[in-house]
Amino acid sequence: MNPRTPWQALTRPRFPLGAWPWRVVGYLASGAVLGAAAGALFLVLGVFSLVLVGLPPLLLSGIALGRVERLRTRIVDLDPAPDPHRVPTAPGLAAWLRTRTKEQATWRELAYALLLATVLWPLDLLALAVGVGLPVALLSAPFQLAVDGHEAKVVKAYLVTSYPEAFAVALLGAVLLVALAYPLAAVAGARAALARALLTPRETEKQAIGEVIASRARLVDAFEAERRRIERDLHDGAQQRLVALTMTLGLARLDAPPGGPLAEQLAKAHEEAGQALTELRELIHGIHPQVLADYGLGPALADAADRSAVPVETDAEALPRLPRAVESAAYFAGCEALANIGRHSGARRARITARHAKGVLRLDVEDDGHGGADPARGSGLTGLADRIAVLDGTLTIMSPPGGPTLLRVEIPCPAPTASSVSSSPRTASSSGRD
Amino acid sequence: MSRTDRKLRVVLAEDGVLLREGLIGLLARFGHEVVAAVGDADALREAVAAHEPDIVVTDVRMPPGFQDEGLRAAVALRAERPALPVLVLSQYVQRSYAADLLDAGDGTGVGYLLKDRVGQVEEFADALARVADGGTVVDPEVVRQLLRRHRDPLEALTPREREVLGLVAEGRSNGAIARRLVVTEAAVGKHIGNILAKLDLPPAEDTHRRVLAVLTYLRA
Repeated sequence: MNPRTPWQALTRPRFPLGAWPWRVVGYLASGAVLGAAAGALFLVLGVFSLVLVGLPPLLLSGIALGRVERLRTRIVDLDPAPDPHRVPTAPGLAAWLRTRTKEQATWRELAYALLLATVLWPLDLLALAVGVGLPVALLSAPFQLAVDGHEAKVVKAYLVTSYPEAFAVALLGAVLLVALAYPLAAVAGARAALARALLTPRETEKQAIGEVIASRARLVDAFEAERRRIERDLHDGAQQRLVALTMTLGLARLDAPPGGPLAEQLAKAHEEAGQALTELRELIHGIHPQVLADYGLGPALADAADRSAVPVETDAEALPRLPRAVESAAYFAGCEALANIGRHSGARRARITARHAKGVLRLDVEDDGHGGADPARGSGLTGLADRIAVLDGTLTIMSPPGGPTLLRVEIPCPAPTASSVSSSPRTASSSGRD
Repeated sequence: MSRTDRKLRVVLAEDGVLLREGLIGLLARFGHEVVAAVGDADALREAVAAHEPDIVVTDVRMPPGFQDEGLRAAVALRAERPALPVLVLSQYVQRSYAADLLDAGDGTGVGYLLKDRVGQVEEFADALARVADGGTVVDPEVVRQLLRRHRDPLEALTPREREVLGLVAEGRSNGAIARRLVVTEAAVGKHIGNILAKLDLPPAEDTHRRVLAVLTYLRA
């Protein structure tokens, strides 16, 4: 197994020759620069906080710096450093602030930021000076001597006057450079471990976040399963009975004497049963369209576009099969958007585009209507936004007055595995012709 | 051959008992014989092998998965026996299903009807007979939805030509279309000639041009 931290790396026999010493130096150097900058910033904010305006940014700077530090830790610590923060309970700055100030993680980040700005960056710099600066200074002795011609003062302490002496010093520098790489890696390892301890979620936090997401996802799954159950019950029960009824009535009409009152009554009953059947069919389709399960999102969207009163162009070709909950949320978002376009937009044309790239499904529904759509008023859209949020996705509406309107759904989901693609070989061909 | 007096041997696949019994009764009423009535896709394929029927009538959704097993069985049957007429009953209008079915084989002798349609018993019996005779029947509801889509290559067609093509897709003969539109059969023939020309379907020995036109129409 390849080493994942400097500590693991420095036990390897070829450690000085690999990339790790470079990583270590890069980590410490960027730490020194960042820490010095943070120190300067804190000084400025500290002055301002005397008149209070600097206080909120001072408190929040920990959050920003924590984020940067988690990214920077990746230089020497290959395991992911997850974000310890919770998702705010509601959109908006106020909710965000409420959530953040109540979190222990926020204050741990602030403590780390202050530590970095005051103690850690000078330590980083010191470690670099001793571990890299000193050997490099010794190594440069022959050059210094060559430049000066007569003498060179190495590390401002030791006077060298001859080339043999200078090369001996340089050799010492080379040996030291290799030897000091080990303690330097240990220091960097300790720094990264400290950052990880303070800036990533504690076990208890990890569990809490994981559980909240898991329970919401379970709820969505349960909701989907319930939809399918209702759809199937209607299909296997009520719909079947109605079809059988219309069939019986149809046969009865064949046998009834034509033109008589009985034929008339039967015709009326037949027609009403047929209408009930049509309504039921539309209802069932709205609950959970079978085409979504059988063919996936692309054809299901094309099908929804077919039903739209406003002409809709669909461009959802070559979408792979995606997780059920994702396909379902995106489909219903598309349907809701089309329904809104038909009802409110005054649009003459609409266009649906769906793409899956880099692990994100993106669905765009555009129209050429008069715009001004307000997601806050449409209860349908709010519900959809909630469903999409559970899947870690976002729903965005851009609808300036005068139009046009663009509704965008983005849901992160992994690329499908080969097996899930091969289980629906017709997807590509059927969506390809839309 | 006249359709009304032809007695068909039918293999029926429908998992709902109520509907299955109803369909058996309906088919008997029109003089056809259901030689096997089965409830799942595997049994359907076995029954076809055992009875070599004149026509297969199948539901789309069947056990065990309650997805599109019936449709897939129909497509597979068509691949094995291109001449076997198949009529698929679907819960609702689905262009993808209809297109899959028409793609299996040369598109003749297939039908795709909404389940509701069996209530219109005479229309249903007529559609069944047309499919058995090698016709192509696509549910008017599918046709109606497709008419809303005005896209290439149908863009070149006049509204009247589109109307005629829609009726061709429903599996109607020139005579029937002429009666429906209250024009002469010659006029219908001329419209169809124009449609075939505009869709770039030149006369050929071994293709059924009307079916190709319908396929173009479904894919547009």
